[in-house]
Amino acid sequence: MTSLRLLKDKVYAKIMLIFTILSVAVVLVIGIGLYLKSVPVLNKISLYTLLTSSVWKPLKGLFGFFPFIMGTLWVTAIAIIIALPLCLLTSFFITEYTPNQLRKILVPFVNLLSGIPPVIFGVWGVLFIVPLIQDHIAPHFVEFSTGYSVLAGGIVLAVMIFPLIVSIVCEVLNTIPKDLKDASLALGATKWETIRKVSLRKAKPGIIAATVLAVSRAFGETIAVLMVCGNNADVPHSVFDPGYPLPALIANNYGEMLSIPMYDSALMFAAFLLFIIILLFNVISRIILARLERKLAL
Amino acid sequence: MIRRKLEENFFRTLMILATILVTGSFFLIVGTILYRGVPFMTWDMISKIPGGGFYIGKEGGVLNAIIGSLYVAGGATVLGLFISIPVAIYINMYLGGRIWLANGLRIAFDVLFGIPSIVYGAFGFLIMVYFGIRASLLGGIVAVTLLVIPILVRTLDEVIRTVPKELGDATLSLGATRWETAKVVIRQIRPGVFTAILLSFGRAIGDVASVLFTAGFSDNIPTSLHQPAATLPLAIFFQLGSPVAEVQGRAYASALILTIIVLIITILSSILAKRFSKNNSR
Amino acid sequence: MTNNPHISVQNLSVEIGNQQILKDISINIPNKKVVSIIGPSGCGKTTLLKSLNRLLDDTAEIKVTGKVFVDGENIYDPNAEVTHIRKKMGLLSQRPYPLPMSIYDNIAYGPRIHGTRKKVVLDEIVETQLKATGLWNEVKDRLNAPATRLSIGQQQRLCLARGLAVEPEIILGDESTSALDPVSTSIIEDLFIKLKEKYTIVLVTHILRQARRVSDYIIFVYMGKIIEFGPTEEILLDPKQELTREYVKGYIS
Repeated sequence: MTSLRLLKDKVYAKIMLIFTILSVAVVLVIGIGLYLKSVPVLNKISLYTLLTSSVWKPLKGLFGFFPFIMGTLWVTAIAIIIALPLCLLTSFFITEYTPNQLRKILVPFVNLLSGIPPVIFGVWGVLFIVPLIQDHIAPHFVEFSTGYSVLAGGIVLAVMIFPLIVSIVCEVLNTIPKDLKDASLALGATKWETIRKVSLRKAKPGIIAATVLAVSRAFGETIAVLMVCGNNADVPHSVFDPGYPLPALIANNYGEMLSIPMYDSALMFAAFLLFIIILLFNVISRIILARLERKLAL
Repeated sequence: MIRRKLEENFFRTLMILATILVTGSFFLIVGTILYRGVPFMTWDMISKIPGGGFYIGKEGGVLNAIIGSLYVAGGATVLGLFISIPVAIYINMYLGGRIWLANGLRIAFDVLFGIPSIVYGAFGFLIMVYFGIRASLLGGIVAVTLLVIPILVRTLDEVIRTVPKELGDATLSLGATRWETAKVVIRQIRPGVFTAILLSFGRAIGDVASVLFTAGFSDNIPTSLHQPAATLPLAIFFQLGSPVAEVQGRAYASALILTIIVLIITILSSILAKRFSKNNSR
Repeated sequence: MTNNPHISVQNLSVEIGNQQILKDISINIPNKKVVSIIGPSGCGKTTLLKSLNRLLDDTAEIKVTGKVFVDGENIYDPNAEVTHIRKKMGLLSQRPYPLPMSIYDNIAYGPRIHGTRKKVVLDEIVETQLKATGLWNEVKDRLNAPATRLSIGQQQRLCLARGLAVEPEIILGDESTSALDPVSTSIIEDLFIKLKEKYTIVLVTHILRQARRVSDYIIFVYMGKIIEFGPTEEILLDPKQELTREYVKGYIS
């Protein structure tokens, strides 16, 4: 009886161990799988050319990713520039200024926002942001814009990463001891001075981690950006130009990628590139956050 | 003195404006979807499959996508639970004192959570090509399962961590094995498991990039795992690009349906999570 | 003894949530003396202390009624300028909380906020206050090192110096030695005795021996009320109230 129970315990332990290893190993398997698929294109074209060439002619076997990389960078940069200051101000307001009752109303809306699927953000972008840019923003700056632009992509992405940044920064701000803030207030500092000189400094690692996480989220976001940013394989030169980020490239062309030689390999290289960058960013920010958590536990 | 006070008020105003913008964006989005979606919401929309092809046919609704989405999200969540419950238990109860290992695994799952769905989709597509499987319900479920495992593991892990260690110790000291203790713990966290299910379902039902390559699209309701299946997000994405006004309307209505489903799930899960944390803090 | 009160509390009541923390407190705190607030934990000592410079303002669901006069000005007046009030009082909390910056910047923080920009002036303030708290010789070679590198005892003295740098009139200490080793504790206690020449000092402590060593007057608080207030020797050796006697007995016997 006892030995049977112990045996059962051991067997289950082994099964669970296997599941755990398998699910973590998915990272490796994805990385290796994507790499193996991108080997053909890497053998034919040098990594340097792939990353810096602007010529994208799949039918001729020319794969220059530069416009797509730039598209991704433009959209991500716009999103962060919009989202970061807004989210920092919001987080400070929520943690330092709002009374409890108001906080109980505000925080759920940020959470609800995080539940909305990307495609809905895309629809919103098409129906609201794109016309807004076309009719009301772009005319002030350029002669003509369809509204489908890196700016539209950046705005939609910014809204998508609001909840991510706000929730992490709020969490980090809440861990700053009240006595530390009191120490500054007791010296006669105003709340804003305390935020700027004490809280902001103390929360810096957390804010950096949140930003890195938001960047990697923005890099990988596919459908919402694809729907609003025009998908034109040229390097954008202004925020009103269309762009064509990497994930959109993959999503738009999966149908035909098997019918053109090397095309599948090139697209899988794009996926591999995304994977590596995002993996790196995530590892960095998660380690920062885990360290913060551990420091506070002590 | 006055300058400092002005500065304080200036930034306070700025913060209020930012907060209004950030929280208000939610209303802006839901408002837009409601405004465009409601006029097209008819009974046919949720009770019929599209007539005459989803891209140009003017008749019918999006029942195929609703059912397809429920199949994919439901299947992936069930499959995901099957894998993640053991993983979460293993991380918490079988690693003994090796906290660094548990924390390392937690970071690994957080990282997995951060990998974009397009990468999962591309990878799923690779596997399917390798094994010669065509885009189908099964393919979609497998790809989405990969996507939701990290969410499930981390949510369950957080929940298990709230179980007082004394409970486990009490059971263990009665001579129970770790597995028997784990069963007690699972019973303890049942509402938490439900929260995890909701979160996973919500993410699964809304994701496009993972099913784009793997589940295909079809005007019909799939009757076997090997048939392609439509999903709501894809129905929105494809039909929005149609030149036919009625088809675009179907996209708006689908967006409304998806938004409602997801909002209900999010609200339910946060209520549950709140209740759960209350029960435990006592 | 109360002819010249520095702080005058009148009918102060504090409620947090539905809990009454302080009930109708009235007291006059004399100028340039050390006053200790004693009482069992949870009796409202810290709340009383923090109400003196309005650090309770941000507490959730709080209700404060009554008046607190500092130099004849009611700090709970709606028109009162809170940063100005706080500047008058240095706070020394239970554990040292050095700001996340260098030793030098910690002390220069307050003066800078209040408009002192000149390096020469700041240098002088830093040196004076570090000397006043006996830290100067220990840290003068590493003023730009992060304050967190100091030992806990040094950090607490740094926090005291930081508070003194804004030229307060009053020092509030909230069990300021509870996290310190015996040597650092006695250094801080000696500092309090030395500083009362220039400052009014209000301390919260649960160590009666400490109250006896440093204070001129003692306030005994129990369940949100002031039970007794008087000169140190009188409260500790010959209390008038039964409750005080019972509480102090633990210390005497």
